[in-house]
Amino acid sequence: MKYLILFYEFFRTGLFAVGGGMATLPFLSEMSVNHPDWFDSKMLADMIAVSESTPGPIGVNMATYAGYNAGGVLGGVISTFALVLPSFLTIIILSKFLAKFSENKYVKAVFYGLRPAVAGLIAAAGFSVLKTTLYVGGDSFLSSLNWIAIALFAVFLTMMQIKKLNKIHPIVYIVSGAVIGIILKLN
Amino acid sequence: MKELLTMFATFFKIGLFTFGGGYAMLPMLQREVVENKKWATEDELMDYFAISQCTPGVIAVNTATFIGHKKRGVLGATFTTFGVVLPSFIIITLIATVLTAFSDIVYVQYALAGIRIVVAALITSTVIKLIIKGVKNLFQITMCVLAFTLIVFLGLSPVYIVIGAALFGLAMGKWGKIK
Repeated sequence: MKYLILFYEFFRTGLFAVGGGMATLPFLSEMSVNHPDWFDSKMLADMIAVSESTPGPIGVNMATYAGYNAGGVLGGVISTFALVLPSFLTIIILSKFLAKFSENKYVKAVFYGLRPAVAGLIAAAGFSVLKTTLYVGGDSFLSSLNWIAIALFAVFLTMMQIKKLNKIHPIVYIVSGAVIGIILKLN
Repeated sequence: MKELLTMFATFFKIGLFTFGGGYAMLPMLQREVVENKKWATEDELMDYFAISQCTPGVIAVNTATFIGHKKRGVLGATFTTFGVVLPSFIIITLIATVLTAFSDIVYVQYALAGIRIVVAALITSTVIKLIIKGVKNLFQITMCVLAFTLIVFLGLSPVYIVIGAALFGLAMGKWGKIK
């Protein structure tokens, strides 16, 4: 019975959390109130920290973590599956529709408007990552910036723009970022 | 079967190296799916991202499902979705069972600080590429700047931006001209 409720709660979360992983947060916090034996709000804070510091989509990480806390490994499997299922079905239906109507002039017009806006959306996401990474806050302009991070950021960004270095895979950059972070004790 | 396994492996790799949610996955998708494997074009990837913004679920998973379905139907979608989710599942279960204080480990924090800088550079690099390739005429510049401004300064949800942009696109199709 517990697993059934777990499935229901995460299916509902997957169905109504629109706009990415962090959108699952309000649902999880509601769960911590309705099912205090699964996890409490303090554990929720830990879950967010772990989800953000491990690879993978944050929403999936949160579901696995919450499900595990509520019902062990099987709980983790059920909650992850339940979270993914509604979007899986939605996307399959939309994908069929798109394949059929991609040459339709209205569909074309919609995407003509969407593409540049998505570039703006991604730029906005990039901006918030930049802000949290390079800006530490302080009294003066000079002291409010994380200069080591800015220098590293500039080096990496420059490398990424050089055509000859184009072959370097993003994974290589990510691993070197982790290594540099440990060597320089960044925080 | 071989292709399905390649799809699974590719998305497993993407899931394993995505830190910080759906947007951080874009540079990896661009490299693996568009440039290396050529399973989708750059434009298609953007379309999938736009749709994933306003459909339920995790953006990274939705994009994986889209690409899998485009390539090999429902079976393909199952492989890519399973692939992108599996690394998270394994890692989180390990952390929950063994390393309860994982995010308190000081070396984890150092490594993450370094990774964040790289992710910032990767996303910036992707944005530069997207803007150079896709934002050319006045309409497109306006849409891009408007979307950015509304989110960064007014904190509007991306869902509204996507719906609004789709309506603007339709209006352009009806009264303006689409190049």
